[in-house]
Amino acid sequence: MSDFIAEALQRLPTETPGWLSEQRRMGRSSWKSSTMPTRKTEDWKYTRLRVLEEGAYLGWAERQDPSSPALTALRDQVKILGLDARMLVFVNGFYNPELSSLKAMDGMEVVHFSEADETQVGTIRTHLGTAADRDKYMFTALNDSWLDDGIFVHVTQDSKVTTPLHIVWLTVPQREAFSLSQRLLVVMEAGSEATVVEHFASDGDQQNSFTNGVSELVLGANTRLCHYRLHLEEEHALHIGGVHAWLDRDASLNSFHLGLGSTLKRLDVVVRHEGNGAHCDLNGIYLPRHGQHIDYHTCIEHARPYCTTKEVFRGIISDNARAVFNGRIHIHPDAQKTVAELSNKNLLTSNKAEVDTKPELEIYADDVKCTHGATVAQLDDYALYYLCSRGIAREHAQVMLSIGFINELINNLQHPSLGEYLKPVLGGLFAQQVKQTERAE
Amino acid sequence: MLSIKNLHATVEGEEILRGINLEIGAGEVHAIMGPNGSGKSTLGHVLTGREGYQVTAGEVTFMGQDLLALAPEERALAGLLLAFQYPVEIPGVSNMEFLKTAVDGMRKYRNLEALDSVSFMKLAREVCKRVDLDQNFLKRGVNEGFSGGEKKRNELMQMMLLEPHLAILDETDSGLDIDALQVVATGINSMRDGKRSFVLITHYQRLLNFIEPDHVHVLGGGVSSVPVTSHWHWNWKIKATAGWKVRPCNE
Ligand SMILES: Nc1ncnc2c1ncn2[C@@H]1O[C@H](COP(=O)(O)OP(=O)(O)OP(=O)(O)O)[C@@H](O)[C@H]1O
Ligand SMILES: [Mg+2]
Repeated sequence: MSDFIAEALQRLPTETPGWLSEQRRMGRSSWKSSTMPTRKTEDWKYTRLRVLEEGAYLGWAERQDPSSPALTALRDQVKILGLDARMLVFVNGFYNPELSSLKAMDGMEVVHFSEADETQVGTIRTHLGTAADRDKYMFTALNDSWLDDGIFVHVTQDSKVTTPLHIVWLTVPQREAFSLSQRLLVVMEAGSEATVVEHFASDGDQQNSFTNGVSELVLGANTRLCHYRLHLEEEHALHIGGVHAWLDRDASLNSFHLGLGSTLKRLDVVVRHEGNGAHCDLNGIYLPRHGQHIDYHTCIEHARPYCTTKEVFRGIISDNARAVFNGRIHIHPDAQKTVAELSNKNLLTSNKAEVDTKPELEIYADDVKCTHGATVAQLDDYALYYLCSRGIAREHAQVMLSIGFINELINNLQHPSLGEYLKPVLGGLFAQQVKQTERAE
Repeated sequence: MLSIKNLHATVEGEEILRGINLEIGAGEVHAIMGPNGSGKSTLGHVLTGREGYQVTAGEVTFMGQDLLALAPEERALAGLLLAFQYPVEIPGVSNMEFLKTAVDGMRKYRNLEALDSVSFMKLAREVCKRVDLDQNFLKRGVNEGFSGGEKKRNELMQMMLLEPHLAILDETDSGLDIDALQVVATGINSMRDGKRSFVLITHYQRLLNFIEPDHVHVLGGGVSSVPVTSHWHWNWKIKATAGWKVRPCNE
């Protein structure tokens, strides 16, 4: 057993709430029997966990001074203008009511596991762990084993909740490196609609956190969930996370992912079509630079007939960064009349940047339509020249082309205010990058 | 305005331009004709500074400056504009954003007040109308999915917005129906103010029926790009049309 597995087992969470102890026990036992992935582990082939194995990240998160002006400033930075959302802000894993703006919403209950009433506990226990498979995703097992709280979002039957829920997970550095569990369970009862934004951010200092995040989205029949997961942390924040969605009959999930790279960042996005006629739009953008790493593994399980998936991921990989994209679509024998499309395009803006992209189709039904494509390209010199020939400075033209590469996805976001929030963030990122490369040259 | 002396240029190691001489004065309109592959577009790209187009000899002065020493964007700011024969499609970058960025940069360079979005929008709409393009083309990606003729009109629109001192229009008349040709010709004529100069690269004299050039040059025949003189077969047609001065580029 490798050190990190053993050491993580030593790190015991509190035994509260009691009703989660079964979950913790099963998580522990599953974690205990797992082995640290190596280069030969197919799912982890290109993503090394060396930085964790050094064992530095097992400290505990500390509650930060909730009234610190720096935190208030940070909250203002992550606030998405025009989204008009209810904000739920966590700092190093601790809920911060001062920074949050949670008010009662018709049709949506939002509660900490630790504060759930009896009915809510019942619902949580029915669904927690049903979408995320701890035996398949070892860091889900670790999350289970450390589980002492989480957020439960319950959208009641036929409720159309228009106000988005914006959950912000902020980190700030601590004296010692630390681990942090994040857990979200969204349960949508039949016929309901909602929007949930998961937003990971940090202050600008060098981070020393390792976040282990698991989000489960359980979509009942005829529900519509618009889901965003944004990773905008500073580049030393480690993250291994999973978004696991379970879709019942005619449910529709629209899920958008954005990831800046970091020393280690790995996301598993799993969508299970478990009812006839479910639909999922899964889009994502990853933008690693410097020496960063980012790994998106998506897996769509088509278990039932008449389901559709449209998946588009685009990546811009700069400097000597590395990206991994693995897009798996698994069509089970029962899943006749499936329509699934997967496209992954990558732009390398430096000749030291690398991407490993692999579409993986496994099809066991014969009456399906399934397409996939992956490309890797560089900035188009001729397009650059065209822009420059109109008086646009080369650096600016590079930024325009880079943003152009991902703009389509940003412009098609269901909430335009989010696009407006992201554009300057991304523009700033590329502009900074161009300046750095120019200086290096 | 522009003075080209003994310009030699190679592309991918192959010499395409072999000693071009050309003098363009302020307010003049020059037509450059010549068969496919004779180096007309190459000349345009050499002047705007495309990468890979190597100048091996000669000099070019543009408005008193050594043009060849400038980067492509500096040449544009100095007032040189090439309307591309094959405009580039850039999905993801909206035409509007592209045009605004270019105009913003140009106005800044010329010490003109910046246009706010509303005034720019108004200006862009006007220009759309002048080239007979629907406003929707502002929202689309740069040239993305534009038809051949629409791309040419988009090039013209850029010329109108950027107001260059010298515009080189590389086959902006090719592939246009007669109505579009008229739109393009009217557009070009509307930009003539006695100071602005034009180079019209074209295969067809029909454009020259609308825009009367001061000079017509013929760039050499065949791949070898040896410049030919007045006996090349285009010339009689030109001569037959009007009493323009016809002279080869390296006269
Ligand atoms: N990138 C390149 N690599 C190799 N050869 C090139 C390149 N660009 C141009 N050439 C060659 O240079 C010659 C001149 O091309 P150019 O495009 O300038 O011709 P043109 O006169 O504009 O022709 P047309 O009337 O067809 O537009 C051609 O033989 C062409 O193949
Ligand atoms: Mg040409």
